[in-house]
Amino acid sequence: MSDAEQPTDDHVPGAEEEEFEPIQVFPEAEEMDLRPGADNCYKCSTCDTNCPVAEVDDEFPGPKFQGPEQWRLKRQDDHDIDDSVMKCSNCMRCDSACPSEVPLSQMHNTARGEYVEEQMDTFSREYLRNRILANYRRLAPLAAAFPRTANFVMGLSVTKWMGEKLLGITSERDFPEFATETFREWWTKRGGAKVENPDKRIAYFHGCYSNYNTPEVAKALVRVYEHFGYEIMVPDQSCSGTPMFANGMLEDARRAAETNVRELAAALEDGADIVASCSSCSMSLRQEYPELFDFENTESVAENTWDAVEYLRVHEDLEGELEGRSVDGDEFDDFAYHAPCHSRNQGLDGQTIEVLSVIDGIEAHDVGDSCSGISGTYGWKEENYETSMKIGEEMFEHMDAADAETGLTECPTCSMQMEHGTGYEIKHTLEVLEAALVGSGSAASGRREAG
Amino acid sequence: MAIEDDVLVIGGGLAGATAALAAADAAPDVRVRLVTYKQSTLRHASGLIDILGYAPDSPEEGPLVDPFDALSDLPEGHPYERVGSDAVREALAFFDDVAGDAYAGDHTDANALVPTHGGTVKPTARYPVSTADGLASDDRDALLVGFETLPDFEAPLAAAHLEAAGAPFSARGATIPFPGVVRDDAKVTRYAHLLDQDETVTTGAGETGAREALATTVAERLGDESRVGFPAVLGDEHAAEVRADLAAALGADVFEVPMGPPSLPGMRLEDLLYDALEEAGVRVTSGVPVIDYETAEADAVAADGGSGGDRIERVVVDRNGTEIPYRADQYVLATGGLVGKGVRSERERVFEPIFDCHVPHAADRYDWFVDDVFGDQPYARFGLASDRELRPLDADDEPEFSNLRAAGAVLGGYDFAAEKSGAGVSLATGYVAGTRAGEEAE
Ligand SMILES: Cc1cc2nc3c(=O)[nH]c(=O)nc-3n(C[C@H](O)[C@H](O)[C@H](O)COP(=O)(O)OP(=O)(O)OC[C@H]3O[C@@H](n4cnc5c(N)ncnc54)[C@H](O)[C@@H]3O)c2cc1C
Ligand code: SF4
Ligand code: SF4
Repeated sequence: MSDAEQPTDDHVPGAEEEEFEPIQVFPEAEEMDLRPGADNCYKCSTCDTNCPVAEVDDEFPGPKFQGPEQWRLKRQDDHDIDDSVMKCSNCMRCDSACPSEVPLSQMHNTARGEYVEEQMDTFSREYLRNRILANYRRLAPLAAAFPRTANFVMGLSVTKWMGEKLLGITSERDFPEFATETFREWWTKRGGAKVENPDKRIAYFHGCYSNYNTPEVAKALVRVYEHFGYEIMVPDQSCSGTPMFANGMLEDARRAAETNVRELAAALEDGADIVASCSSCSMSLRQEYPELFDFENTESVAENTWDAVEYLRVHEDLEGELEGRSVDGDEFDDFAYHAPCHSRNQGLDGQTIEVLSVIDGIEAHDVGDSCSGISGTYGWKEENYETSMKIGEEMFEHMDAADAETGLTECPTCSMQMEHGTGYEIKHTLEVLEAALVGSGSAASGRREAG
Repeated sequence: MAIEDDVLVIGGGLAGATAALAAADAAPDVRVRLVTYKQSTLRHASGLIDILGYAPDSPEEGPLVDPFDALSDLPEGHPYERVGSDAVREALAFFDDVAGDAYAGDHTDANALVPTHGGTVKPTARYPVSTADGLASDDRDALLVGFETLPDFEAPLAAAHLEAAGAPFSARGATIPFPGVVRDDAKVTRYAHLLDQDETVTTGAGETGAREALATTVAERLGDESRVGFPAVLGDEHAAEVRADLAAALGADVFEVPMGPPSLPGMRLEDLLYDALEEAGVRVTSGVPVIDYETAEADAVAADGGSGGDRIERVVVDRNGTEIPYRADQYVLATGGLVGKGVRSERERVFEPIFDCHVPHAADRYDWFVDDVFGDQPYARFGLASDRELRPLDADDEPEFSNLRAAGAVLGGYDFAAEKSGAGVSLATGYVAGTRAGEEAE
């Protein structure tokens, strides 16, 4: 829980603070009182030194300004939110930097929401574009229904040109391909869970990307968890809200969150824990929901959400199980691993390297602590493309220098950026675990199953 | 299940990183993990390694020439007195090994005098190589260069201060625009990035790389001086290369003047330590706090009471609301002082939040400070008391736990700001706590 909710600077971090009533942010986001958090700021500027955007973009004033300073200004007189807040990429690095526990990203999310609500013209090109990017999930089902057509159309240079001219979506990038079969379609066709186990149950929050674009990641999770004897539930779900927070579309995020909290809370009732395979999704459920919303059960959903690999490390002897195993096939050799910002913020940055190091013949090389630069929808915007690539430069350099030709990460948009900047193929940690535990043979049969 | 290791270090500042490295070094077969929450005070610190700049009981006598000389006179309970002066030397040698050619000063026991951004000189034992050409004992004339958009370093003022302080050379200051930076509050990382990546910038002379553009602007102001000092923003990852390029273009040596927080030399030291940790196979978990512990009986002992077994079985890490158990054989507590939040204060008490180790302090909070702001402040010495093994002691002078040691600013009994001993104490106690933990876990 953040200081904004518990206004004191000497509480034990993370300890129970149940007496406190969370604040309802909506419908009047501007009423949320973040001042206690702002007062904790002693202007050390540590946050500023962690901001990847301020490092390369001379126009961005940095997290200290966006957070506590802007907040203070606003309280004093009738200051408008500074439009630079839209240049923040929501990487949330400043959050884990602040030694004084100022809830920076919560301030940014709230300020962005207010900016969009009050200062952005809802008929503007920018608003329309941001809304489309933030609500990618609404378009995805359509594309997924006609994946080949969609991939074809999205790949056309005329489409890209129009995207840039009409909407301000950069033409430099390739749109992600849609899978010919979504994960949920596969799941239904397969007849749902293959394992029943009232004592070991998880509810899988797959998020949009692994449903529509990389179902192989979601399938890998299913096979790995079933290998350990888990019964898997796949509750109805909406987008996690990450792209909406980043674009200040808090109303959209609220709607999505409401569905997710309701469905996931029901799964908790059924004795399941929640696991996610995307680091931004788990971040959103764990941190942003309780910071911004107070639906019934928001807290319990947050407290019972896990990163998929971490869950196995704590509840099973994952490393023991991997010990001495090896993986066939050239695609599983050495990896250039990038820890996404949203993993880093959850203290998971070292995990993949640790876990994979026990598998024979595979090594994951950490490519350093820089941000990939794409930050979800951020790097898709024409005006941010250059900034995004400048931020990514250090990661590209390190990937090139690492002893590996394949990239590895847990964030779908980081993987787009890694691929875009280096041309490497990018895998997800769960795919490597699947190959080691269940074998690539069954990965192939999985594909047949899917086909 | 829990996440299992042999040695668990809590806190990733200078003390924690040193403890983890020392444990891995003392016992190569043990599995060492470091768990840390927020970023450490290294980001604020100058990157200088002070052992002892002033004698705690007679600071008015001025900077100490030989810090080791003074170690034997320290009062009982001072962290250096606890570990002994041999350990301080060993720890420093250990640091020299880790730092390699990134640091200088190991050729002598005497303190070096490094000019700071305010134009004062600071006694220190080890300094980043980037500052080496700036030492105040060097008699070459110096040009100090400040940037219009970086008000923390007023070059002409700093130069005047240095001369007034009796530096054996003449110093001159010049303030210039930094090519490529327009914002008047640009972050220090912005300057460093421009130079690191040698980004193309536009100046009156057209489009050039940032390094060349900077050198050209400075060259116009350079007189006979054979060395040029800049605020410490000359690159991050490629700092040595940036300095070398500037020096070549200027035909003069280039040095950095340490700045106030946030500080690039501090960040570079942090990077250096974390690279060393990776190299040594230490597992690092960052961004999450340790919030609680359980004793061998496996019954949770709340941080604010409970009977308290004498051996820590595991600690609890808070992962954005989810509680994750971490188990080890030996633990090192290196969570920092009041700034790092390893020691916290409320109106009624001063306490250590994870294990609730005893923090000696006066019962009346009006005795925690003295009115003279420059006086000898009791709160500056707040922290844990320990035995010679660095095990924290309870109110009866008994070790709180048999497998817990403490290092760095979480320890009490010294005032790092007044005696200029912050990094030295972190190194010495981190080294001893880590070495012992490693040996015992083996
Ligand atoms: C502004 C400033 C300038 C300084 N300048 C100098 C100088 O010029 N020379 C010098 O020698 N010294 C200097 N120092 C002092 C020196 O930096 C410190 O004394 C020393 O580095 C302290 O190191 P540490 O590792 O004990 O603590 P810290 O650096 O404070 O690190 C403690 C770490 O523990 C983490 N932590 C805290 N609680 C938890 C928890 N519950 N779970 C997990 N992790 C936790 C914190 O997030 C932090 O990362 C300066 C200090 C400051 C503040
Ligand atoms: S969230 Fe990231 S981009 Fe935004 S202010 Fe913080 S560090 Fe900068
Ligand atoms: S890191 Fe925290 S205390 Fe320091 S300037 Fe940023 S918000 Fe303020």
